Parts: sequence; structure tokens; C-alpha cells
Amino acid sequence: MMSRDANRPAVGDTPPPGGSAEPSAIKAIRLRHPWRNVFAVVLILAFALFVIDAAQRPAYDWESVGKYVFDRRISLAAFTTLQLTVYSMVIAIVLGVVLAVMRLSPNPVVKSIAWFYLWVFRGTPVYVQLVFWGLLSIIYQTIDVGIPFTEPWMSFDTKVALSTFALAIIGLALNEAAYMAEIVRAGLLSVDRGQEEAATALGMSWSQTMWRVIIPQSMRVIIPPTGNEVISMLKTTSLVTAVPFSFDLYTRSRDISAETFNPIPMLIVASIWYLFFTSILMVGQYFLEKRFARGIGDRRPDRKAKGNDEVPTLTGALPESRADKPTVVLPPSKGDPPLNPGHGGRR
Amino acid sequence: MTDTTARGAASAQAVPMVLADCVSKSFGSNEVLKSISLEVRRGEVMCLVGPSGSGKSTFLRCINHLEVLSAGRLSVDGHLVGYREANGKLYELHPKDAAKQRRDIGMVFQRFNLFPHMTALENVMEAPLRVKGESKAVVEKRAMELLARVGLADRADYYPAHLSGGQQQRVAIARALAMEPKLMLFDEPTSALDPELVGEVLDVMKGLARSGMTMIVVTHEMGFAREVADSLVFMDGGVVVESGDPREVLSNPQHERTQAFLSKVL
Repeated sequence: MMSRDANRPAVGDTPPPGGSAEPSAIKAIRLRHPWRNVFAVVLILAFALFVIDAAQRPAYDWESVGKYVFDRRISLAAFTTLQLTVYSMVIAIVLGVVLAVMRLSPNPVVKSIAWFYLWVFRGTPVYVQLVFWGLLSIIYQTIDVGIPFTEPWMSFDTKVALSTFALAIIGLALNEAAYMAEIVRAGLLSVDRGQEEAATALGMSWSQTMWRVIIPQSMRVIIPPTGNEVISMLKTTSLVTAVPFSFDLYTRSRDISAETFNPIPMLIVASIWYLFFTSILMVGQYFLEKRFARGIGDRRPDRKAKGNDEVPTLTGALPESRADKPTVVLPPSKGDPPLNPGHGGRR
Repeated sequence: MTDTTARGAASAQAVPMVLADCVSKSFGSNEVLKSISLEVRRGEVMCLVGPSGSGKSTFLRCINHLEVLSAGRLSVDGHLVGYREANGKLYELHPKDAAKQRRDIGMVFQRFNLFPHMTALENVMEAPLRVKGESKAVVEKRAMELLARVGLADRADYYPAHLSGGQQQRVAIARALAMEPKLMLFDEPTSALDPELVGEVLDVMKGLARSGMTMIVVTHEMGFAREVADSLVFMDGGVVVESGDPREVLSNPQHERTQAFLSKVL
């Protein structure tokens, strides 16, 4: 309400120029959004109906869901899926960074190799690639180490050297690396060019500039889509059946349902595990993002307290008589040393 | 030729810090620098002034090889920049050697270009640690001295985002000084600053000039040029139009183009 307090100046009154009168805080009736509430209520009701209905529907077979969700075979498969995700993502991220740096390298040979890699591995479906990796032992029966066209020093039987688990990881990782490379490249390009120039002007080499200056700053841009890729990878692992590798979460739960002739509860079981892992990954991403937001976040509160002690005025007023002393451009000496007392303990 | 004297037995004092001989630079068909010849002596403070697009910044960037010359010779402290001369032929330097040359040349940018993920102290320490490989204790001591010198000792643990523009630029100056350069290049160091912050940066530069540092300053601050510079070069359209004693040039410009420019900025 626009109730006018007696002690507040009337609308037309000009406050005294000294500004002694407090400006009156705005007291307005907030704009209502009645449709938001209606919509929310309708949605909640619909969802509640769905849940109540689902709880009673026999096809979901919640009893079996409860029975299998902690089944030893399922939890082992869930662990295998996690392993596939972590191993292939770690390889993919490392390889992706290397490929992205290669693509931005001044060396044209290195650049084209990276381009060719991306062309092949992004240009074919991951499922097809996984089938190919599964057939590796048929295409190349042995893996030879040595100089081409001479007797090899060492020779491995491909089938023995590479398990289907290893092939699944290789297949997932090499495909993912192509996507990671583009994510990393976007991150590297997002860093201001002045940063590279400043580092170069300081005499830093190209690789020092990359690892110390450009890559750390690009992490803020790289992490969110990488989190996306990890979650995506967790689910893509269900394709390793193409290798064929059959101990991952989805393939295992499908195999069990083939015995019980009851696929729906097993799908729910698998989904619960996938959701569980995804939720954990999202928490991890939150903390990573916080870590790399250094220098962007809020002002450090402990410093703000003594902010009124403004920076000592400088030096232009250096007496001419001292000009012959080369390094003396110290701030006008105050009683205490200008060193920051808290600074030693921080590192 | 110039570089024969540079490599000759002449005393070090005789070798100018920067010697530009017919320096030219083109970007495609756009000729940005047209045969610039000038000399900067040891301990000299030279101000480069002129309208934007006149090639001042490009010339500055050529000096530490951020830009590659199209023609001419440029040497710093008697050494050709970016090349090595043997048997009358020029050899392009390996990036490692080019980086080594840059260590001795400090540069301060218009937009500061501090590393935002490092504190002020880490910014100053980075290059001496990584490039020169000095010990951390030594570098940290020197970095704190330098921050004190630019009046920012109490801001050592601040990230650049939490410093004002003037403070950032002073950290940037300290960062360049940490490599103990023999030549400092300033590329419009105060152009991105609020007017009230310009003074604190100019004060640091004045102190640096008085300490005997050789400096080349691209600037629009004519007051600074008049007070501090030993020489002033007015550039326009990629050529040196007029040069000489700054007080002389500023108060009594000879060339019509200089008169027109100065009448607008003074």
C-alpha cells in the first residue's frame, strides 16, 4: 500500500541538498504470477497420479526390482560399467588434450595428423568402431614389434594380448578422444590472445605457455562439456556388447531378464544404477568447477577488512636528489613495512 | 652496415640499445611500417606518439619479435632480432633462441594481460621460475621487492580480478621487471585505464625512467612525454614524420601533420 508515513517527506518535497533525508525504501505490491502456481499444482498432481499408478501396476514388478537391484551379478556389472567409463574417459581426456594441442600447433605435419584422426573417429559410428575392434584379432592375428620387413623381435597373439575388456576400453576411448579434442580446442581458443602474447613476451616457450597459462584458464570452459561427456560415456558403455563384451550393467541385466522372461524390472534396476552413478558424477563436476574458478570468484573477505588502508601513493614525487640511486623507487616509507603480514602463512 | 659496428670491438656503451634500419612491415598488401630508421641509446626514454593506425604498436611488437619484419634490420643490444647472421646470410632463429632474446626485453600491454588464474605474486614469479629456473626463495624475495616498488606489497595475494586497472597495470610492470630486462616496451600502458588511475601508473614509469631503464613508450600522455622522455618520435601512416627533443617537438612542431595532431591532443 502507498500509505504515507508522517515522518517521510511528501512526494513533491525536494529533500534538502545536504541529503540528510533518508530516501524512502520502495514499498510496492509484488507482481503476482497466478498461472505459475496453477501449472505447478497440475504438474504435481499428474506426477503423483503416475507414481501411485506405477506402484500398483504389475508389469513393473517392484518385488523383482527390489530383489535384483543388489544382486551380486548386477552390482559387479555396475562396477564393470564404472571401470569402463573411468578408464576410457581418462584415456580419452589425455588423448583429447594431446590432439587439441596438436591441432593448434604451428607444425603443419602434427596439425594434419590430428585433423585426420578426428575425421576418421568422429566420422564413423562408435558402434561400428566397437565391432571393428572386436574383429581386430581376425584382421591382425599377431602383433609384431620390430623393424618392418624384417624378422620381428617380439610377436603376440592378438587374442591373448587383448581381452574383450581391453578392446572395449580402446574402442570407447579412441572414439571419445575425438570429441574431447574438440571440447579442449574450444577451451583453448576461448582464452584471450593477449595471454599467449604476454607469456611469449616474458620469454616462455610455446609448451610452457600452453601448460602454464592457456590450459589452466581453458579448464573453466572445458569442464562443463567434459562432465557431459563422462555422463554420456557411462551410458555409451552399454554398446560394448558389440565387441562382444557382456559384463557391463546393461548387457548383464538383459541377460538376466532373458532367463526370467521379465525384462521390465531389470531395465528399472539398470536405470537405478545409471542414475546413481550420474548423480555422483554431477557432484564431482561441481567441485571441479569450483576449483578452476580461482581468480574469478568473490573477493577474499579477509583482505577486504583492511581495504581502507589505500595503496600507498607512489613515487613520482621521488626527490630529484635521489635519482642517481638506480633502484630506489620505494613507496614513501611508512612506519611499518609494506609487506603483507598474512601472506607468509598462506602458502 | 649497422650490425658490423655492433659486432665490432666498440665499447658496449657505443652500441645503441635499439637500432632500427629501414624497418618495414606489411600485413598482406597493407604496409603498416614503411622504412623506419631510428636509434635508442642506453638509458634513453623514447616516446612514440601518433594517431591510431600509424604503426607505433606494430613497431614496438617488432622489437621483441611478436611481429616478424618484412624488410630491414632491427637489432637490440647489438643482436639482430629473430635472426642470426653468418657469412652474409640470415638464418631464422629457433623459437627457443627467439624466446631467449625476449627474456631481456620487458613488455607492458594496453590491456595488462595478467594471468587471471594466478595471484599478483604468482604472476610476477612465474617467468623467473619457469624461464630462468631460479630458485623459489630468490624469486619470491625479488617479486615481493618489485611489488613493494610499485606500491602493491599488500596486494600480493590478490587475483587480478580483484585489483583495479591501475593496480593490475602496476603488477604487469613488476612482472616484466622480474625478468630483469635491459629494455622495457610500453604499449599504450594507460589507454585502458580510468582517468583517475592513469597517474599511479605513470608515476611508476617515471620512477623507472629515473632509475636509468631504457624505455620505449607508445603513449598519448603528452605530459609524460614532456616531463620524462629524452626523445619523442611522431609517427603517421607508417613513417616517422618528426622526431627530436620532446619539449621542442611538442611546443614547436615543424611538420604540418604533427601540428594538426598535437592541436587535437594537447
